[in-house]
Amino acid sequence: MTAPLHFHSITELAPLIAAGRVSSEDLTRACLEEIEAHDRALHAFITVLGASALAQARELDAEIAAGRCRGPLHGVPISLKDLIDQAGVPTTAASRVREGHVAGSDAVVTARLRDAGAVLIGKTNLHEFAFGTTSDDTAFGAVRNPHDPSRSPGGSSGGSAVALVTGMSVASVGTDTGGSIRIPSAACGIVGLKPAWGEVPCDGVVPLCESLDHVGPMARSVADAWLLYLVLRGTPTSAQWPLPAPRPVTGLRLGVPRGYFHEVLDEEVRARFAASLAWLRQAGAQVVDVAIAHAAGTPPVYLHTSLPEAAAYHAESLAAAPERYTRNVRLRLELGRYVLAEDYVRAQAARAVLRREVDAALEGCDALVLPTLPIPAPPVGAASVEVAGTRQPVRAMMLRLTQLFNLTGHPAISLPIGETAGGLPCGLQMVGRPGDTEGLLAVAAACESRVMA
Amino acid sequence: MTVEEWMAAASADAERRGLADLAPLLESLAESTRALRHAGWERIPPAPEPPGAADRRGPSDGGSPR
Repeated sequence: MTAPLHFHSITELAPLIAAGRVSSEDLTRACLEEIEAHDRALHAFITVLGASALAQARELDAEIAAGRCRGPLHGVPISLKDLIDQAGVPTTAASRVREGHVAGSDAVVTARLRDAGAVLIGKTNLHEFAFGTTSDDTAFGAVRNPHDPSRSPGGSSGGSAVALVTGMSVASVGTDTGGSIRIPSAACGIVGLKPAWGEVPCDGVVPLCESLDHVGPMARSVADAWLLYLVLRGTPTSAQWPLPAPRPVTGLRLGVPRGYFHEVLDEEVRARFAASLAWLRQAGAQVVDVAIAHAAGTPPVYLHTSLPEAAAYHAESLAAAPERYTRNVRLRLELGRYVLAEDYVRAQAARAVLRREVDAALEGCDALVLPTLPIPAPPVGAASVEVAGTRQPVRAMMLRLTQLFNLTGHPAISLPIGETAGGLPCGLQMVGRPGDTEGLLAVAAACESRVMA
Repeated sequence: MTVEEWMAAASADAERRGLADLAPLLESLAESTRALRHAGWERIPPAPEPPGAADRRGPSDGGSPR
């Protein structure tokens, strides 16, 4: 190991902590020092829990000294997107609307992390109420991408991704309604998992759109994401730790949806994706083209689902204190009030069609593979970007390749696949069979070392 | 209600509520609504479900996320 310990993965740290060779207190202190040194510029955190995290770390070190190890997360500093309740701590959702809120109890996922021995180091910044993909509409300062601070880290879980890249926490928990875990993971060069819909409970998490919301891990490796996913899902890690060795790439059959998914792609992203497919083929994977006939219809279906669901949740505070929202988020929420019920119903019928088409594309395949983002991280505050000679809206670009799998509920993961010439990360998205998140993780673990340039 | 009728009503309401900034977003939504309505979704018959499919259903089937 050459990098400082707090930049290592959970799977590397866990045996060292369990053996008493690394203390949770030292690890937590190192993360807190990174926050102190860099967060004034990057705005990754909204609330830093220095004192309570150190106290928790000391207690966990004492447990190790007494011969008790809770599992691989024991003593590991983990951050939570500030949409997730932690007892006694504000859940701001990055909004002035929530001023004065303090969570009375832990969200289910927070309680599970606590029981697993995670050190809860702080609450990370996000796009206000998770209703955006760039993490710049927030009451706590636009989050900056550590690879280039003039760029967005993606969103809405932007602060969580930045925290991992900069060593401010070893892993994080985010939420994903249209891509909000996978988008910042791709833009910052980490691993982000959206589990199958409904697997990880959302109780104690501020909703955005209840039929699209997912909670999931953001991590430095597929194995770390897997361990966190097991804990978030409520599965004791003792039964599955250590994780099984990755299966071979040889024999994997990977489906590449073409058409819509490749029509608007930055040329460098296209090249990184093509290189990843070439490496996977070389390693013995069978890569085949598949079709999702109505994929181009995804954006209207997503819009007519997400806008009214978000507007319904926010109706009361929109009426009472509209000025407390950031301008863009308020306008999108107001827009949701104008979607007709009949169009919402049409969108739900269309979702069922899309789900069947994704299921069909997965028939005979271990996973679908496609880029996570069609563009590298856009400049902070940009409304549009140039993509392959055309001007495109940033929001539409960011959601373009991820939102389909929120509509259908399939598990999906983003893996880093290297960087553009300008040093901006690119992501590969893998999509698994319905309800089979662990199957997807096994495929991603097999491919990880082949695509992570 | 046609998209044009909806657009006229929505624009008038937004103006009455002092939300002039909504105008370009309403235009985009109208375009998106036309796309949703004209994609021909309702003419696609559902495929017969394989055994056990009900156990794997996702959010588009009306289950509860919580």
